[in-house]
Amino acid sequence: MTVVEALFWPALLGYGEAAVAYASARTSRAATWGVRIGWIAQTALLAVQAERADSFPWSSWAGSLNLFVWFVVGAYLIWGCRPRFRLLGLAVMPLAAALFLIARIGGGTGAGAKSGYGNLFLVLHVGFVLAAFAGFTLAAALAGLYLWEEGRLKRRAADILRLRLPPLASLERLTWRTIGVSLPLLTLGLAAGIVRQRQRGGSFDALEGVTVVTWLVYGGFLVLRPTGRRAAYLALGGFALVIVARLALAGSHFT
Amino acid sequence: MTLTLVGLSHHVAPVELRERVTVDLAGAARLARSLGDAVCLSTCNRTELYVDGIPDGAVLAALEELAGESLAGVAYRLHEDAAALHLFRVAAGLDSLVPGEGEILGQVRAAYESVEAGALLDHVFRQALAVGKRVRTETAIGESPASVSSAAAALAGQVFGDLTGRRVLLIGAGRIGELAASNLASRGAEIAFVANRTLETARELAHRFGGQALTLDETAARLGEVDVVVSSTSAPGPVLHASDVPAKRRTPLFFIDIAVPRDLDSEIARLDGCFLYDIDDLEAVVAETLAGRRAEAERAEELVAEEADRFRAWRASLDVVPAIASLRARAEEIRNAELAKLKGRVSDDERRTIESVTSQILNKLLHLPTIRMKEAAVSADGAAYADAVRHLFGLEDEAKS
Repeated sequence: MTVVEALFWPALLGYGEAAVAYASARTSRAATWGVRIGWIAQTALLAVQAERADSFPWSSWAGSLNLFVWFVVGAYLIWGCRPRFRLLGLAVMPLAAALFLIARIGGGTGAGAKSGYGNLFLVLHVGFVLAAFAGFTLAAALAGLYLWEEGRLKRRAADILRLRLPPLASLERLTWRTIGVSLPLLTLGLAAGIVRQRQRGGSFDALEGVTVVTWLVYGGFLVLRPTGRRAAYLALGGFALVIVARLALAGSHFT
Repeated sequence: MTLTLVGLSHHVAPVELRERVTVDLAGAARLARSLGDAVCLSTCNRTELYVDGIPDGAVLAALEELAGESLAGVAYRLHEDAAALHLFRVAAGLDSLVPGEGEILGQVRAAYESVEAGALLDHVFRQALAVGKRVRTETAIGESPASVSSAAAALAGQVFGDLTGRRVLLIGAGRIGELAASNLASRGAEIAFVANRTLETARELAHRFGGQALTLDETAARLGEVDVVVSSTSAPGPVLHASDVPAKRRTPLFFIDIAVPRDLDSEIARLDGCFLYDIDDLEAVVAETLAGRRAEAERAEELVAEEADRFRAWRASLDVVPAIASLRARAEEIRNAELAKLKGRVSDDERRTIESVTSQILNKLLHLPTIRMKEAAVSADGAAYADAVRHLFGLEDEAKS
């Protein structure tokens, strides 16, 4: 078994265990350990990939997916890994585990990847954009939880205090903060891409168009500062654009 | 060392009897000290004396003196493992009127800290505090409210999170509304307005909460200034309609209707950003949370049983500790005697080497028997093993001498 394999499987097992264990309050502590161990293993995997590559190793769609999962889980570890946010883990970790597996199938978790792009440009452009997308993913999960909890409160669900989620105000505040941190990262990533495009010359592609629209939606979110259900819907709308940008169009951007 | 518990609680004694044996913390400490090595836990629901090596009769007599009557058929007496298990259940809130209530853990801590407990009581109380903490950390037994008024406050918390600075409008100055308002205030909410049909009654209650008194006609105009509305009047029809609620608000509005017939127009629930709970909704939430507490209590019982096993193992290990200590002392004595014979026959360096080697041999030789004896103690063979060791190594003569 290679070093890369020896790191990939513990990471996937950790994420997979968390995805299942978050289903029950009894096992949520074990789930959190799964997240921690998986993330440490993936961090080591990324380090090995970086050390063995002659350039930026995550420029392929599968490689960037690998990095994207790392950012998502990292963001979740920072402010979602708490008992009250168990259901956020249940939303995020299955997605992270599935995307990580897809990244492997696509060859994004191997070592020795080659890229025709300079390291600095890719670190700035891909790194910032993926970190921003990870933040938007987390914000969407928080917005989804908000809508669910708001719906339960509206229909006066008897189990509202038994299956306890974070308060609406906390979910709304966290969604806003997450977008507030992610949008500047997207701005920096876009700026790096635009600068390079101007230097080398090149046409404006569909992915860039969708990303700019995404930027406008989240920019509008921060400027207008909507509240309640409207804020949650807008965060989810922005995330729909992230999905389009990330999955549907990313394949052709670096070719 | 013998752990004994003598006490009475809400399970076996009516309040008239419990209130006679209840003592404050200082009184409990005095009572414990008067008995010897003891800890007295006295709350409104129980008075229990945990003692080490004191006869049951003396402990019961102390309680009877407080009660002023015989407690022979009422007080319970538990010993050793059963007493420890009981204390663990008490600390975990499993023996409380409302399972999982959190106050009891603080009361157990206070009782323990009020006296200088001996080794056995010190160990069992420390473990009880750890059990109580563990149950509250690893289960959700203490998280759910057990009354309509506390459920109302918990639901408001589910919308706003921290209620500090949230403004409340209380409509109706009745007892239930006041209770709900008190619960909200205890979570940091500000009772900004109290409205009532009689302004004088509203003033009295508003003064108590530091709010402003209103007539019922003024309530609709104040809706834009509050976050939570609690209504509990005896009015025959609605006192607030959906049309009274301001349309443009940036924060949610949470309505609690505890009145029968209902005070608040049910159409309010349909408004964006408005949440309305009536008495039936609140009772359904309480019933569900109590069911949840019972489910969590089962998990808590498992944790308590685990800890009781641990206590049993620790207690059993005490039976073999003297034999282990004697065996080690005897071995050390032989080693020292043999080392003394070498005096003047070896150099200092050689002597240090021999001391080190013999010490290692001794430790390695005694390691396994020590472990085996501790294991045997847990499975009730400890005394037999201890006797065998004493006999084989001639330790009983030593013990006798």
